[in-house]
Amino acid sequence: MSATAAEPWVGKPLKRKEDPRLIMGRARYIDDINVTGQLWASFVRSPEAHARIVSIDTAEAAAQPGVHAVYVGNDLDLEAPLPMAWVPPGVEVKNPPHWALAKDEVHHVGDPVALVIGSDRYAVVDAAQLVSVEYEPLPVVVDLEKAYEGGDLVHADLGTNQCHEWSLGGGDLEAGFNAAEVVVERRIVNHRTAGAAIEPRGVLADYRAGSLTLTSSTQVPHFLRLFLALQLGISEDRVRAIAPEVGGGFGSKLQIYGEEIALAWASRKLERPVKWVESRTEGMLATHHGRDQIAYAKIGATRDGKITAYHTKILQDLGAYLMLLTPTIPSLGAFVMSGVYDIPAVQTDIVGVFTNKMPTDAIRGAGRPEATHQIEMMIDQLADELGMDRLELRRKNFMTPESFPHETALGVVYDSGDYPKALDTLLEMADLDAIKAQAPAGKLRGVGYSTYTEICGLAPSRVTGPSGFGLQTGLWESAMVRVHITGAVTVYTGTSPHGQGLETTMAQIVAQRLGVDPQNVEVIHGDTGTGPQGLGTYGSRSTAVGGESVARATAKIVEKARQIVAHQLEASPEDIELIDGKFAVKGSPDKGMTIGEISGAAYIPENLPEGMEPGLEELAFYDPENFVFPFGAHGCVVEVDPDTGNVDVIKYAAVDDCGPAINPKIIDGQVHGGIVHAIGQALFERIHYDEDGQLVTGNFADYALPSAADVPSFDLDRTETPSPVNSLGVKGIGEAGTIAASPCITNAVIDALRPLGVTFINMPLGPQRVWEAIEEAKR
Amino acid sequence: MIPAEFDYVAPQSLDEALQALAQGGEDAKILAGGHSLIPLMKLRMSQPSLLVDLRQLQDLKSVNADNGQIRLGAMVTHHRVATGNFGLASAAAATIADQQVRNMGTIGGTLAHGDPASDMPAVLLALEGSVVIRGSSGEREVAANDLFEDFLTTAVGEGEILTEVRFPRLEGYGYGYEKFNRRQEDWAMVAVSALVKKAADGTCEDVRIGLTHMGSVPLRATAAEQALRGQPLTAESIASAASHAAEGTEPPADLNASQDYKRHLARVLTRRALTTASE
Ligand SMILES: Cc1cc2nc3c(=O)[nH]c(=O)nc-3n(C[C@H](O)[C@H](O)[C@H](O)COP(=O)(O)OP(=O)(O)OC[C@H]3O[C@@H](n4cnc5c(N)ncnc54)[C@H](O)[C@@H]3O)c2cc1C
Repeated sequence: MSATAAEPWVGKPLKRKEDPRLIMGRARYIDDINVTGQLWASFVRSPEAHARIVSIDTAEAAAQPGVHAVYVGNDLDLEAPLPMAWVPPGVEVKNPPHWALAKDEVHHVGDPVALVIGSDRYAVVDAAQLVSVEYEPLPVVVDLEKAYEGGDLVHADLGTNQCHEWSLGGGDLEAGFNAAEVVVERRIVNHRTAGAAIEPRGVLADYRAGSLTLTSSTQVPHFLRLFLALQLGISEDRVRAIAPEVGGGFGSKLQIYGEEIALAWASRKLERPVKWVESRTEGMLATHHGRDQIAYAKIGATRDGKITAYHTKILQDLGAYLMLLTPTIPSLGAFVMSGVYDIPAVQTDIVGVFTNKMPTDAIRGAGRPEATHQIEMMIDQLADELGMDRLELRRKNFMTPESFPHETALGVVYDSGDYPKALDTLLEMADLDAIKAQAPAGKLRGVGYSTYTEICGLAPSRVTGPSGFGLQTGLWESAMVRVHITGAVTVYTGTSPHGQGLETTMAQIVAQRLGVDPQNVEVIHGDTGTGPQGLGTYGSRSTAVGGESVARATAKIVEKARQIVAHQLEASPEDIELIDGKFAVKGSPDKGMTIGEISGAAYIPENLPEGMEPGLEELAFYDPENFVFPFGAHGCVVEVDPDTGNVDVIKYAAVDDCGPAINPKIIDGQVHGGIVHAIGQALFERIHYDEDGQLVTGNFADYALPSAADVPSFDLDRTETPSPVNSLGVKGIGEAGTIAASPCITNAVIDALRPLGVTFINMPLGPQRVWEAIEEAKR
Repeated sequence: MIPAEFDYVAPQSLDEALQALAQGGEDAKILAGGHSLIPLMKLRMSQPSLLVDLRQLQDLKSVNADNGQIRLGAMVTHHRVATGNFGLASAAAATIADQQVRNMGTIGGTLAHGDPASDMPAVLLALEGSVVIRGSSGEREVAANDLFEDFLTTAVGEGEILTEVRFPRLEGYGYGYEKFNRRQEDWAMVAVSALVKKAADGTCEDVRIGLTHMGSVPLRATAAEQALRGQPLTAESIASAASHAAEGTEPPADLNASQDYKRHLARVLTRRALTTASE
């Protein structure tokens, strides 16, 4: 029996430890944190999508009562423009300078041009309206395909709107298409969305006595510290970054924002704490967006349904600048372009294109929802063309369970999977065709499926790093586990959870191994001033990479504990195991020590093994060998009102596999949120700029986030296929629902509309678009 | 989302409120539920110098439903209208946003504001109701037909307070309310209120159709009403009448709904609302 066999905390659907404070208003978000002597900041933002800054007159604003300073771009003597972390070997990526405050030219509506600082939160907003900026308008580039072709330029000195070209392929594409008897081509649009975290961004910069403490609503405090040090020229040891309670991020806070840098700079300049909290309108204008790509996809197959080749050319709308990961996002999808299918030849060609819009970057799924949307729509389109059942076509091309670890044509090794089992489980769970058959008079129902995988657990540094994919960082994780003298435990993780329930999940991992109650395991995160370094929460990495490092640090504790117990009981360490909450000798469970007793012995070191250090605290760093590849099968039924074009999702069933569940309730919650996120994109949400580059959807009245009333209750199940990559066997789950669900909905809408002659439609499936597609098909 | 600076008073009587408005001048504004005004202030699209809050005026919260006439104080919330068993008005009020908004927003506020996307204006129009408006020079009753002048412009003048909303119970009428929106709790893309009185022989004795968000003010679908009046209430005659619902309208288009699409919706919703009202 192993040491993990004591209390089975792992696998229990415990309620989240963090929820009572969140639900009862006891959490401390950035807006709740104020310090003595604090000043407030407000940004003046460009109303123009593209213009030269002729002049900025700050005199009137600066003269207002309570205003301490007004700064413009050229005042900020920073060491470098804002960071972009991707230097892919052998690929030229054009990176126009992007400053915390625009210097000579603005490139999108919302680009900040001045910073007003004063003693009153309200007065700085009033004063910001008095900064008078003269703009000379320049041609505005909005349409992605036109921008790609040329014409007006976003950055004239680059001579092109094309930022970079990047390809990933494997297998003989030409031979694959030659072998194909049927070829289907589609133009698939994946429109722009916002992260729309309920808590907007906010920053409190406090520079005093030569050190900077910066509190920010961020997903990446450790990166933030690094870049603050580099941008401001402060030694890293004198910078502390804190992520307090963070009310959602969805990737939009995986960023180094100009506001963070500008506030830090101003605090140092004024030697006063300075705070800024984003308004919702600012958030929609100036917090990075996601998706926004057009794919020209081409799939070839034999008549009997064997896929022979798959090619996509992707235009990615980057917006006006490159932020931390802007150009990398479509590439993240390219690694899993062929989804769950064994396709002998696959190629993705990506072109990044500048436009006069807010930059895009990682939003939940980052590249993989786009890739999944493409392949899962193409499979349905191909099935239609072949006259074959869509599930039969899927099954025919699934990678077989025996083939894992499965190396794809792209050279990517999928760790583990059982795709037929996930699909079978889904079909047993819900009879979608029966629901479809019960459509009320005048309504159309359709069924959609999506069988997906994704690549996550972001790490392995050897693959993602400078000489591999080209990210200028490692992507390991770290954890420190401290057993206190009472047996209570504190865990420090380098991840930075903000809604994922990791305080509970990680506590369960530790509790199981130490024989304590998870309630007595506190998980500390989000502060570079405590615990070891880490790299944050994104890319569904926090359990697969961060959780594994917690497990490894805990294993070191267990090892030391066994030695102490063996010494005290005069037994051999190999014979000590955890039985009913005690570390005891195999076969005589009554003679054992609890972890509290062991830590007592460790901290009052009267009787430790010869040469052993006192204390019970361990650190582990972990860099995995491979990514992990969660997968699953989703199915849904939609009901379309053909008179109005309205689409209702009336049934949604999902089977997801993220390896052995540590906390099934938390997994379900992540899947729920993920599905709603994708339903949002498929049916409701859309960031839209008009032809002048003005943002039309700048608040939650126009940017339509779905609420609980707009989605059905979900039927969820799991299969559990362990990953061989980490000792927990786990894979990520934070993004999976979002990755799977948008093609599921879209395919269902097409299925519903087929009797009317509609065979293809792009998101967002708002009622007008659906109605227009029906009208068009009538002609 | 920080409004410009403003002063605030919460008077104890209607006279005090009128006085405060008069002293506050043209930049003074009434605050009722605040669920239209405060968002506008936060966006700085409205920058009143003084807010005169009506929350203390108990008289404006009364509900009176005697003698076939319903009289609602201006500060009666959407929630109370929705749950008051007032037929069409209740059905429409129940579709306003979510429970939180219905707990705060008021019937007087929404009618004085005159947003063509809001639900109650076209309902009052179809009910042929009226409002009572009080100013320093006295009180007047304004018919719904004369209340809505333009986009966000109503007959409620500067320094005036809408105090009461009146509409008949309309015994013998069936009603239907069809609201089409993107999300469950959204404003109407288009909404249609229908009232139908069936004659003993099954024909349509009277019909009134109100259109929401089909123009800069709420409208009556007069062509459709004319087409149905006196006709048998069959599916065919209803469909035929409904096909006239959008005649002469110039609906405001936006990202999610073109003029053509809105006209189409008006026809579909009119057919559905008339069908329900005729059952
Ligand atoms: C999220 C959200 C969703 C909504 N959805 C809908 C919807 O689906 N349908 C809908 O109809 N409405 C909707 N509303 C608007 C809501 O119903 C408002 O409450 C209503 O339109 C205005 O009423 P109020 O009492 O809040 O007025 P306020 O916002 O306080 O005032 C609105 C205007 O009217 C003036 N005013 C108010 N009362 C009087 C009075 N007695 N005399 C003279 N002038 C007065 C004010 O000075 C102001 O100019 C929504 C609002 C929100 C915030």
